[in-house]
Amino acid sequence: LDPAFVGTELPATTLTVDAGRLRFFAKAIGETSPLYTDVDAAKAAGYADLPVPPTFLFAIELENPDQFGWVADQGIDPRFVLHGEQSFTYHSIAHAGDTLTATPRIVDVYSKKGGALEFIVKNTAVTRADGSAVADLETVIVVRNPESAQ
Amino acid sequence: MTWTQQIEVGTELPALKIGTISRTTLTLFAGASGDHNPMHMGDVFAHGMLSMGYLGRLLTDWVPQQRIRSYRVRFAAITPVLGQPTATGRVVSIDEVDGERRATLELAVTLVDGTVTLTGDAVVAL
Repeated sequence: LDPAFVGTELPATTLTVDAGRLRFFAKAIGETSPLYTDVDAAKAAGYADLPVPPTFLFAIELENPDQFGWVADQGIDPRFVLHGEQSFTYHSIAHAGDTLTATPRIVDVYSKKGGALEFIVKNTAVTRADGSAVADLETVIVVRNPESAQ
Repeated sequence: MTWTQQIEVGTELPALKIGTISRTTLTLFAGASGDHNPMHMGDVFAHGMLSMGYLGRLLTDWVPQQRIRSYRVRFAAITPVLGQPTATGRVVSIDEVDGERRATLELAVTLVDGTVTLTGDAVVAL
């Protein structure tokens, strides 16, 4: 990987989160609490609307129709890419109805095992339309280069 | 005394047992998350973010979501189709930060055969 890749900003993506999408996500992760599917239950618990659950924020940058375009642009075969680590630092809860923007940036690249494994660290800020911070995400992507293994 | 005052180092979160992960589970998750990584196209193993979602449920079952300050995981092993994960967590430290009492939790997702698929930690305000 080219060290000059560090600092690269990837295309920002925006998603207006709607209640239907959140209910779909709740079903997909087997969520049983009505707080995440029933607006009345959410409001009774003090939320403005259905809360966006902790890991859904990862989905915003997946709105990019060419999710792996930036990987391919680096000459990496997406089939050799693994999700190594994921972190979220939360600033405020987002709700159904919020328009959220994810702005990803490459902050580090490094290799191990003589280049057989390369690591890409990507930080993504998630903000509302008014610029207020929702969360900061960090993703570590592992690229396997079997031909580099000695 | 509120229940958060009773939380101490060593307190375990109630384990969250997930049923069998089927191909339908994977299809639902791909649709709901938009995660169409070609690694999952053969539907042979589950998305790491699905297991992170299960661990997130463990957290929000335990404390209101607005108390979660941070949450991170390392994906240690794949979850095969028909795997049966269990999400667990326990308090490993309690500190006073920015005027609030915060617990650091150690988290894991484990399959029936003992394989640990995810390890991680979270910081929650008590």
